[in-house]
Amino acid sequence: MIEIKNLTKTFKDGPRETQVLKGITLSVGNGEFVAIMGRSGAGKSTLLYQISLLDEPTSGEIRINGREAHSLTERDKMLFRLAEFGYVFQDYALLPELTALENVALPLLMQGLSNAAAEEKAGAALTRVGLGKRMKNLPSQLSGGEQQRVSISRAIAHGPDVLFADEPTANLDKESSATVMDIFKELHANGQTIIMVTHEDEFALFAERIIKIDDGQVVSDIRIRREPPPNLPK
Amino acid sequence: MFSLLNIRVGFYLAVRQLRRASLWTTGLIVFVMLLTFLNLVVVTGILVGLIDGINESYRTQYTGDVILSALPTKNYIENTPDVVAFIKTLPQVSLLTERYQTGGTIEANYLTRTSDTEKKNATGVQVIGIDPVAEDAFINLGSYMLEGAYLAESDYDQILVGKNLLAKYAFGEQPGLTPLKDVGPGSKVRLTINGHTREVFLKGVIGSKIDVLAASVFMPASELRTIMGRTDQNVAQIAIRLVPGSDPDAFKQLLLASGIGEKAKVQTFADSIPNGVEDIKKTFAMLGNGFSSIGLVVAAITIFIVIFINAITRRKFIGILKGIGISGSAIEISYIFQSLFYAVIGSGIGLLVLYGLLVPAVAAHPIDFPFSDGILVAPVDGTMIRILLLVLTTVVAGYLPSRMIVRRNTLDSILGRN
Repeated sequence: MIEIKNLTKTFKDGPRETQVLKGITLSVGNGEFVAIMGRSGAGKSTLLYQISLLDEPTSGEIRINGREAHSLTERDKMLFRLAEFGYVFQDYALLPELTALENVALPLLMQGLSNAAAEEKAGAALTRVGLGKRMKNLPSQLSGGEQQRVSISRAIAHGPDVLFADEPTANLDKESSATVMDIFKELHANGQTIIMVTHEDEFALFAERIIKIDDGQVVSDIRIRREPPPNLPK
Repeated sequence: MFSLLNIRVGFYLAVRQLRRASLWTTGLIVFVMLLTFLNLVVVTGILVGLIDGINESYRTQYTGDVILSALPTKNYIENTPDVVAFIKTLPQVSLLTERYQTGGTIEANYLTRTSDTEKKNATGVQVIGIDPVAEDAFINLGSYMLEGAYLAESDYDQILVGKNLLAKYAFGEQPGLTPLKDVGPGSKVRLTINGHTREVFLKGVIGSKIDVLAASVFMPASELRTIMGRTDQNVAQIAIRLVPGSDPDAFKQLLLASGIGEKAKVQTFADSIPNGVEDIKKTFAMLGNGFSSIGLVVAAITIFIVIFINAITRRKFIGILKGIGISGSAIEISYIFQSLFYAVIGSGIGLLVLYGLLVPAVAAHPIDFPFSDGILVAPVDGTMIRILLLVLTTVVAGYLPSRMIVRRNTLDSILGRN
């Protein structure tokens, strides 16, 4: 369970201050698939960064499974991100000099697994997203959709509590986007908590809850359905 | 910071970054490290080698490994035949040569000079009486002939002169040493020793770079004894060459224990080197280290820039690594490993070039300095210290920029914000 209370974020640029988040309060239950939507500059990505502990809010509280996360030290946040969160970025964020397998195995190594165990687990995660035969490829040898699937594998290989996705389909074509969303749908069906930022309505419909942000505030919070939608036509 | 986990992950990252890095970039950095290593070792090595070259020439061309000379109160070594006979019985001895030594003058224009007021074409010299065969066997004196020919055993009115005694070879007139003008092989000169004069022919010119050969007159010992009016067999010097592997210090102690110290001053080759030479060597070593330090700073700056550029261009990926939970220390350690790789590979190749190519090449073809045949001195222990210094400097120079980038805000790095 993630609980956010009166969360604000203000950016300072010299004497100028811009308040991007203006006291957001919400909670996300375990196993929920939440889509955060809003127009460009509404603050949706900023909100995601605060919840996922990649950034520090100006004020407010973040509780994750009852634990005060906003006041953790940088090292504890790092451990939190390593063990309990998974991230899927818009531009895949893969390390170019590591193969698909090594990209996925790296966080597992940091968790203390042996090289063999980490690569075995990473291999299983890649197979799960249909990249069992592309494990030895470098990111530059993969298509955008395949890179994003590697990114998802990296995010889920260690079984995180929450999967954060920031515009995961923004750089993909329709077919690849559908594949990625199918993977999210399957993960959610298996109980994975997912918080996804998107500006595309058709992909937001994969979530069971859509939170709309505008001008740094929640303007709507709609629970649309319990079951994920059928497969999109490819 | 240096937990086993961080080191393992850092190593994992470093190996893959190096393996897939541009071969040209890696090659260039390793080349810079190689040049730095050579700069560290070779500059000092040549400066020290310049002095060691003088010392080594002195040993091979004059003193041998151990030299006996007359006590300060005597002009010769007493009971020389007994001393020589004893020394020859010692198994450590490979060769020896005996030398008479005295002061004198040689004059070239004594026949053409028209008045006593006309300046003499003469110079004061040290005259050394030798057994030509023994001396040639000992220091290969015949191989240093610049002009003319070496002495034969039967020569009686022939001398050899060092090149510094002739105007055409000398650096110029030095205080106390007026080189002879218009003199060469075949010239007749007048040799004066203790008031006794003898006309002799200049048979050859010795081209050695060490002063004692280049500024002395050599003649057969039998002739010198005649001029000196000596009837005894007591010489001024006995130079001894030991069989390879023998310890000159131990041999010196052996001679002293046998009582030879009462008849002669016993010195190893190292003892006979004037203190000033050692001081010059130390000064040169210091100078060499100073020059090398500049190279070390340049290498440190190079690595700093290379790692900084690498880290700054990979700032986004460093942010991502931190974002997905890779510790900053593991990332920093990956850069330390990369720097270590460059330094170790550069030094490794440097070692091969140094000991496989440069040292043997310079030993075979010494550097032709005007006053010595310079060699490249690169003792293994000193080289290892320099490698350690290079590696440490490189590691620090690699760590600092990576730390600067790793410490930046994670999200700012991911998003490329300043």
